[in-house]
Amino acid sequence: MTEANVSKSQISPVHSVRGAQTNGWARVQQVLRRLLLSEYFVLYLSIIYFLMLWPFIPRIASPQNLGNIFSNMWPLLAVAIGQTFVLIVAGIDLSQSSIMALVSVIGAAIMTTQLDPVLFEKSPLWGVLYTATGSPLAGTLLALPVALLAMMGVGALIGLWNGTAVARLKTPPFMVTLVGMMFFSAAAIYLTKSENIIHLPDAYIALGQGQISFVPYSFFIVGALAIAAQWLLSRTVLGRWFYAVGTNMRTAIVSGVPVTRVIITAYVLSGFFAAVGSIFYSARLAAGRPTLGSSLLLDVVGATVIGGTSLMGGKGKILWTVFGVLFFVLLDNSLNLLNLSFFWVQIVKGSVILLAAGLDVARTRLTARS
Amino acid sequence: MNDSILTFENIDKSFFGVPVLKDISFQLPRGQVLGLVGENGAGKSTLMNLVGGVVPLDSGRMLLDGNPYTPRGPSDASAAGVAFIHQELNLFTNLSIAENIFINGFPRFHWLPMLNRTAMRTQTRQFLDAVDLPVSPDTLVEKLSPGERQLAEIAKALSFNARLIIFDEPTTSLTARETERLFALIERLRSDGASIVYISHILTDVMRLADEIVVLRDGEVVGHGRKEEFSVGRMISLMVGRDIQQLYPPRTAQATDRPALEVRGVSQPGIVDKIDFTLYKGETLGVFGLMGSGRTELARILFGMDGCEEGEIAIDGVVQSKLSPRHCIDTGLAFVTENRREEGLLMDISISNNIGLVALPHYASSTFTPLHEQRLNGQIDEVVGSLKIKVSDVRRQAVKTLSGGNQQKAVIGKWLLRNPQVLIVDEPTRGVDVGAKYEIYTILAQLAAEGTGVLFISSELDELMGVCDRILVMGNGEVQAIFSRSEFDKERILRAAFREQVTS
Repeated sequence: MTEANVSKSQISPVHSVRGAQTNGWARVQQVLRRLLLSEYFVLYLSIIYFLMLWPFIPRIASPQNLGNIFSNMWPLLAVAIGQTFVLIVAGIDLSQSSIMALVSVIGAAIMTTQLDPVLFEKSPLWGVLYTATGSPLAGTLLALPVALLAMMGVGALIGLWNGTAVARLKTPPFMVTLVGMMFFSAAAIYLTKSENIIHLPDAYIALGQGQISFVPYSFFIVGALAIAAQWLLSRTVLGRWFYAVGTNMRTAIVSGVPVTRVIITAYVLSGFFAAVGSIFYSARLAAGRPTLGSSLLLDVVGATVIGGTSLMGGKGKILWTVFGVLFFVLLDNSLNLLNLSFFWVQIVKGSVILLAAGLDVARTRLTARS
Repeated sequence: MNDSILTFENIDKSFFGVPVLKDISFQLPRGQVLGLVGENGAGKSTLMNLVGGVVPLDSGRMLLDGNPYTPRGPSDASAAGVAFIHQELNLFTNLSIAENIFINGFPRFHWLPMLNRTAMRTQTRQFLDAVDLPVSPDTLVEKLSPGERQLAEIAKALSFNARLIIFDEPTTSLTARETERLFALIERLRSDGASIVYISHILTDVMRLADEIVVLRDGEVVGHGRKEEFSVGRMISLMVGRDIQQLYPPRTAQATDRPALEVRGVSQPGIVDKIDFTLYKGETLGVFGLMGSGRTELARILFGMDGCEEGEIAIDGVVQSKLSPRHCIDTGLAFVTENRREEGLLMDISISNNIGLVALPHYASSTFTPLHEQRLNGQIDEVVGSLKIKVSDVRRQAVKTLSGGNQQKAVIGKWLLRNPQVLIVDEPTRGVDVGAKYEIYTILAQLAAEGTGVLFISSELDELMGVCDRILVMGNGEVQAIFSRSEFDKERILRAAFREQVTS
């Protein structure tokens, strides 16, 4: 998906510049304008950023690093797809990171084949789900599918709770999901007494680390889910309803849109996709980690919003989110390569996000004017 | 020429290369009321925005008291004594009246950076007295009714000694009584020497208030003279550029005796009380009432948006077991709400998606399966064509780019994909120009002729008398009377509507 867009975008601007040597500066302005207003703006931005850094950090273009960037995108994208749905219905889901943590721990607890009694004796699940030889299902063929289903199911259930609180109890999404973030991440830590659960089956770890030549498994799964999500948004009744509810809830109610159900569905999808992200992240770590995702929340919301999905609701596309995620992963990767200390990474990241936000404001103004 | 306060000389203005005002020249008489009329998009608001300093002009010039007048912003205009009372009022609802009045320059304690609240209050009280608004200066604007807000805004104009006050559609959200109060105030301002520009679609009001009248069409002055030279009919033909024989289309629909909507004893404490009526297929039943009479609230109950404690509603003979908008839509009810921006349309979304919204579930086998877009789009195009919605790109153009009349047609359009049994319309012609009004009446008459029962809610009695078979009068949440066409009489209907106020 991404490759196709890269080649297209590299050709088209060059093309239009060449086609118009008649009136130099005005023409350049027009091209810049079109670039800024284009749906692929964030993709262009990523490419420009990449090309600008290349002379300074040649390593960024090494096959190994490109592979890294490519494989880092998909787990983050999974989570961001969920966030996109919620933002489109004018909500926000801050609990995604805690869903990832809780789900990571639950899945690992079902699959693990060995637990250290010294570390886990004090856990509330010791003797129930946890034993020295792992869970009751450990080592059986059922362990992996049951764990995966449980992870996705718990994610969706938490989403159901969030959505119900928002749509039926009319609690502000910010409050519901902020409280959810505290509650579920605390639950994840409580269940494991803050220990990582290791000794997971190889088949599961392969899900996160395995590749077909250089393409990670996550690409195929998340890619397929992304296409399905975009299809849902643009081709089905439910998709239209998402946008209608996010644009103007009162109009949606008068027009017979089942607003409560639509909002709940968005949060369920958000929880589900957070769980999918967690499956890949945990597999890559080869561990169930109770603090998984705690630093990811900014990346998820940031990538989605920079992609062009509006915090005000009613506007957003999965493709935009793909570009936003690419930009964030690239940014992270480049800052790592620069070997900066943690606080410098955060400062630079913050500045770049601010810059991107500024460009977005400029875009909105331009659209309003034309 | 010293009897004019403001002179326009050869004013031109275009937006994005589209001329909006073409070579406008006329004079505003001093100390008098000038009525400014024209269809939506004729350039009235743009012309007044030039005066109010909201937008700059392209060429030509304005003279205020004989001196060149070039306001660079609204604050320049206020400094020159020009006040602009907008359609959407410009008050901060979260602040008090006094704070709103002094927002551009709070009185201070000498040189200290502190507000002199006492001075603010006493001065505000004077201005409020002048506009006859007996509330405390500390009242928050959000607590005021639309009419009172209007008065507060006029008080603000008085605070900077406005000599020229522009009213842009001031009565759209006022009750009859508030309108009367406003008119009395305008008379008073005039006798105190203020010059006034009054913009309105309600031509009888213009006839009543104005000393002089200017008619704009397509950015040009097509008529200007003393009020005596005009009649409502002449204004309309000047505005639309052709003769309109009638304001209302011929009534072709024949009411049947088969009930479309039966309402039996619907009550909701404090809102409506024992409402009983029947709307027949092919009938247009008007609902008249003053603001607060319960007319809009009744419509919202019928459509399942608000609950009712008692009563029975039957659509096409079927008693409704539960009331929710979706359920009502499925049984053939449609509702064009009174405020199209807040409840009728998704302003940022395309015309096509707006019109398709209600009928969506009928163009897919389930919520999660693909839409039959071709079929849906075909239907949408048919509706857009039959309603004559003026649009260049149905699929991509946002509905907010349409004019008021075309937006209203789009709201009606989104219900037509489902052939409703009962269509409830609430103030369908508010803020819509004469030409579009006629088209909307025609559309509704057409639907009635096809057998739809139309419940037409309006606060304009003339229009109800023009298009309805019967008129139901509401007051104090109750049905006061129902008049059939042969009994239509403006005074009797108004009396019925005012009954509660008259007796108490």
